[in-house]
Amino acid sequence: MSAETDTSDAITENKPSANYAEIIYNGIWKNNPALVQLLGLCPMLAVTSTVVNALGLGLATLVVLVGSNIAVSLIRNYVADAVRLPAFVMIIASFTTCIELIMQAYTYELYQILGIFIPLIVTNCAILGRADAFASRNPVLPSALDGLMMGLGFGVILVALGAMRELIGQGTLFADMQLLFGDIAINWKWVVFDDYPNVLFVVLPPGAFIGLGLLIAFKNYLDEREKKRLAIQKAKDGPSESKRVRVTGQVS
Amino acid sequence: MALLRISSPHTQRAGHRTSWVMQMVILATLPGIAVQTWLFGWGTLINVMIASIAALLCEAAILSIRRRSVAFFLKDYSALLTAVLLGVALPPTVPWWVTVTAVSFAIIFAKQLYGGLGNNPFNPAMVGYAIVLVSFPVPMSQWLGVQSIVASGESLSFLQSLQAIFHHLPNIDGYTMATPLDGFKNKDLVDSATAFQTIEALQSASINSWLWVNMAYLVGGVGLLWLRIITWHTPVAVLGALLIMAGVFHLFDMSNTATPLFHLTTGAAMFGAFFIATDPVSSCTSNRGKLIYGAGIGILIYIIRTWGGYPDGVAFAVLLMNFSAPLIDYYTQPRTYGHKKAKKGLKIGEDN
Repeated sequence: MSAETDTSDAITENKPSANYAEIIYNGIWKNNPALVQLLGLCPMLAVTSTVVNALGLGLATLVVLVGSNIAVSLIRNYVADAVRLPAFVMIIASFTTCIELIMQAYTYELYQILGIFIPLIVTNCAILGRADAFASRNPVLPSALDGLMMGLGFGVILVALGAMRELIGQGTLFADMQLLFGDIAINWKWVVFDDYPNVLFVVLPPGAFIGLGLLIAFKNYLDEREKKRLAIQKAKDGPSESKRVRVTGQVS
Repeated sequence: MALLRISSPHTQRAGHRTSWVMQMVILATLPGIAVQTWLFGWGTLINVMIASIAALLCEAAILSIRRRSVAFFLKDYSALLTAVLLGVALPPTVPWWVTVTAVSFAIIFAKQLYGGLGNNPFNPAMVGYAIVLVSFPVPMSQWLGVQSIVASGESLSFLQSLQAIFHHLPNIDGYTMATPLDGFKNKDLVDSATAFQTIEALQSASINSWLWVNMAYLVGGVGLLWLRIITWHTPVAVLGALLIMAGVFHLFDMSNTATPLFHLTTGAAMFGAFFIATDPVSSCTSNRGKLIYGAGIGILIYIIRTWGGYPDGVAFAVLLMNFSAPLIDYYTQPRTYGHKKAKKGLKIGEDN
């Protein structure tokens, strides 16, 4: 996974006053880190075997993403271009260490289950990508919102994949939620199918590849349908009313 | 790497349509199905039935979602062939949902999502088999034993087979036993001479039953050769490579390995060599390519059987070689008539 991000994307986002609605739409849907950029695949495929694992990792990534985006945005005018990336990685690593220590303190079992994938948040290209492409060029507030939305987009897909795999793999949903939410969540486990044979293939990482493929296909299907709907709408509206074609001056 | 344009082998003889080829392959499995039914009861036939219904339903559903002509593609018998191959490969008393999972995965994911017949890079039947083998290890390892050895001393009646497949037959353990390959795999530290004397699954009655099954598939395979549906290259290469691997390692280490004959006549050796590896879509097309492809399968079967985690390795070996089939094809392009040398690969500095 490379940390490259689309340059044209970066240019459009380089405007001084970022459009908040566009940031939200980009993070959740159009430029979703998991479905479109396909960044951070390694933790995504490895830990999404249950909802609670996916939610734990999604929240940790979200916090790191917001934190690093804010920090990077704050120092963006004081870091030389040459040492830009090492500085960003240091910031991300510090936030990851904080999250790791917090999880170790409050959700120790989940911390043990997620294991190496919490420290590996440092290498999640979605985070470095956002720091370099967005936060290093924008003020604090849009950067924070971008981090939040990108993190949400990533987390939602993680949880969706986790739910799919838990449901098909083990026939349950929300098992072991007490690892994250404490004792009130102890009865949240929902046994959807009784007497269900575990489908090991879905529980193992290969199942995550197929699950992610299905999610991407579903997103592309929705996009395609929307595009078709717009095209039909446009055809129905007919050509614009002005009959004279303007060939000089500014064409708006 | 450019895609090769070698025309499909099954169209080389004029007048033979896809449906004819598929029908003949289905017919060629009949000796094997008959012998399996005779030895292990009705389970295999019931499996084939369940698999066929599930395959046709899945194929029809996906075709209608893809807005393709349903009747046209159902009539080419390819889905039915996948179902039959899976039905005979699965253990006879495997619960019905295992069969349905395997078949629907084979048809929907391994075949139709790639674009239907002719576009699938992997053998659909083996993808389905591998999925359920990985997912449900317990039901997939329960093969029935032959009558004379298992505790109850008889094979399952038709009704009992149905019960075993649809409900849980309580005394099914009385009828099941390890296959010879399973028995040999789990012989632990015993040397093979003692293993063949003491382990139940390696008694001559058990080994002979599998010999019969393999001979039946050999007969069916020879029939396919005679009809010129398959060429000799792939099966000979598979069995030859398995023979050489087993022979060489047997010579080096007599006490811990099985004889080459044991490897050739147990498990899915013949079935895999004649019915699975010769799939025209997912295997190699040139004759030299088929030899390399088959030899790869044979070597991998021996490696997986001997050092791998599973007792038999035909499915995984075939899938792994399916991966490499396009590469093998690329480097074994035959000489075109009128040209001196076959074009093999790209030359350095030449970019076409």
